[in-house]
Amino acid sequence: MTVETTQAKLESENTPTPRKRGGRSSREATLAFWGFVTPALAGLTIFTLAPIVWGLLLSFSHAQNTIRIGHFVGLRNYEDLLTDPAFLNSLVTVAIFAAFIVPLTYLVSLGLALAVERVTAGRSFFRTVFFIPSAVSYVVASLIWKVSLFNGLSFGFANQVIGKFGSGPVAWIGATHPPWYWFVLVTVRLWLQVGFFMIIFMAGLQEIPRTVYEAAAVDGAGAWTTFRRITLPHLRNTSIAVMLLTLIAAFQAFDEFYNILGGVGASAGNQVLARPPLIYLYSLALSDQDFGRGTAGAFILTALILIVTLVQGKALGFGRSEE
Amino acid sequence: MTSTTAAQGSQAGGRTLSRRMFLKTVTIGAGSVAAGCSSGNSHGGITLTQWYHQYGEAGTEQAVIRYAQEFTKAYPHIRIKVVWVPGDYKTKLATALLVPGGPDVFESSLTLPMAQAAQVAPLDDLFTPAVRADFSPRDLEANTVGNTLYGVKMLDDTGILYFRKSLLAAAGVAPPTTMDELIAAARKLNTPNRKGLFLGNDGGVTSMLNVLPWSAGSDFLKGSQIVFDNDRTVEAYEKLKELNDSGALLIGAPTDWWDPSALIQGMAAMQWTGLWAYPAIRRALGDDVGGMAWPALDAQGSPATFLGGWTSMVNAQGHHIPESKELVKWLWIQNTAIQRDWCLSYGFHVPPRKTVAATAAALKAPIPARAVRDLSEHGHALPPAWSSSMNTILTDAVSGILKQGHSGVAAVKTASQLCQRELDRLLV
Repeated sequence: MTVETTQAKLESENTPTPRKRGGRSSREATLAFWGFVTPALAGLTIFTLAPIVWGLLLSFSHAQNTIRIGHFVGLRNYEDLLTDPAFLNSLVTVAIFAAFIVPLTYLVSLGLALAVERVTAGRSFFRTVFFIPSAVSYVVASLIWKVSLFNGLSFGFANQVIGKFGSGPVAWIGATHPPWYWFVLVTVRLWLQVGFFMIIFMAGLQEIPRTVYEAAAVDGAGAWTTFRRITLPHLRNTSIAVMLLTLIAAFQAFDEFYNILGGVGASAGNQVLARPPLIYLYSLALSDQDFGRGTAGAFILTALILIVTLVQGKALGFGRSEE
Repeated sequence: MTSTTAAQGSQAGGRTLSRRMFLKTVTIGAGSVAAGCSSGNSHGGITLTQWYHQYGEAGTEQAVIRYAQEFTKAYPHIRIKVVWVPGDYKTKLATALLVPGGPDVFESSLTLPMAQAAQVAPLDDLFTPAVRADFSPRDLEANTVGNTLYGVKMLDDTGILYFRKSLLAAAGVAPPTTMDELIAAARKLNTPNRKGLFLGNDGGVTSMLNVLPWSAGSDFLKGSQIVFDNDRTVEAYEKLKELNDSGALLIGAPTDWWDPSALIQGMAAMQWTGLWAYPAIRRALGDDVGGMAWPALDAQGSPATFLGGWTSMVNAQGHHIPESKELVKWLWIQNTAIQRDWCLSYGFHVPPRKTVAATAAALKAPIPARAVRDLSEHGHALPPAWSSSMNTILTDAVSGILKQGHSGVAAVKTASQLCQRELDRLLV
């Protein structure tokens, strides 16, 4: 109060116009701030923060067929999971999956972006066509891949294509030697993701000033040298962002694994062939109803994703300003 | 800036609607509308919620709604709200039972953790000694935890190995009586355009997980012990691997083993599916189809099939438990006409009550009659203590044997130890 009146006095001394509403307007501003921020804050607390804290407490409890906390068992759930061969296998599976899908997505989307940039007529048509798959749901795409494109019958699309080359029908999803289901899983994710990251790369490419390219042309640089020395370095932050996003998405993979290798009403024997952690934790928490172990696994996975992204960011120099 | 706008608003309030006035009117209006739409029952009674999963057969949803309306005619102060749940029913149900506000009556299978977490209400008082004798002991056992009954069986399902008689005759193959004969038959019936046998898209890991060891004479859980760690179980799974390796199994069909399309559309000459598929198969293939239980593993084993189905249970966290129990009793114990209609008019299931099954004309046809006989002689069920985590452990082990070349003995031993650990945790 005293500060405001002093302030008002000073202001009234300095300016000829009386500012009677000086104190009230800053209080109104504070009220307006809280008025606008509170709903968002309340939503964040109720739907994000509170479940995270509850989940953390559950992960330290024995919670079978219940989500009440109270039966504390310390770190038993974490120990169980870190010695569980199925869970450890799932971490290895997802790491291998990420090791394949991240560079593949990067190369294909960068290649597409460069190709579409080159196009003179109909660029927006190609941009749209490649981007549309990212609007398709993972579940829908997985079911189409499983039931229509890659089913094991001779009239499945893929089997018809290889039939033209004289090969018999292949059980794409059930066979293990060779494990063709990886081909099915990786292609569906690529088809769905590549358009989105192509747009990001195109934005990055458009940021590169024309003058640099002209200077390189004057110096007599070929296409590959231009790409390696000019385009790639300018795309560093974009590249790292794309790799980070694909990595996080890969670690959280669920939809295509669930629907292609198993799914509602399907036999479960194929699920174990490629089971990422989220699928295992989903069955642990929602089928087995062991919510303690399920949430413990979720926190382990979160920690893993955090570590990997931090390491990757540090190693590749994310955020460093371009020279 | 704020002062001028406010002044404008109040000055304009006389003729045009200021923003404040508009906001006040809308809020009061919306509030009064919301207050008017109260969720209280206008008919002054209570409403029970009953959950069903989405049955595949046509007419089932209308049937359950009709049963609910008939119940309300008998008990005018109780209304039933039927919820027909598509998709992953078990997960949705599990989530709904975790918190208050879930269904009052629902169908599922009883598991030990459900009884331990007091999610289901005891139903002993619904069973008089006469009624108890009318249900098969296996049905009662599957719904009992610690000498208390927690559910009433609504329908019994069983598995059948269907085969195309004409195709077997053309290939010179007799219906198999042992596993070796089955493997040989599947090989003979295997053609490039039509496979010999369909057990599911995972090569039989799910559909044969329990049936094969049962056909070998083994079992899974007795009392508080896991008992499948023996050489009969290992042999059963190794025979399944042999069947897979023969190349006669259909893998990658658009639907799975519970759907008879593979047999009906000629994708396979034989298919392991259930009695529920009998009407569709009969309609499509007429007399050209035969059915039997899964053959014995060898001379030491015996034929086997599973006893499945759905059980009606009462949510112990519901607010109207006596009325819910009344509904369960009226539907699945007293009303034999509804039981017969439900089991046989849409899908094809065996009514759990012996007196109802005996008077059902539809069960007199050759294949259903044989299925009923096989069910009572060779039908097996898993006890409530067999949890879904044990199922996952065993599925992983068998999948490893079949698809990743793991040693049968080692895989079964590890699975048995892990399952025993789960069981010990449950029974603590």
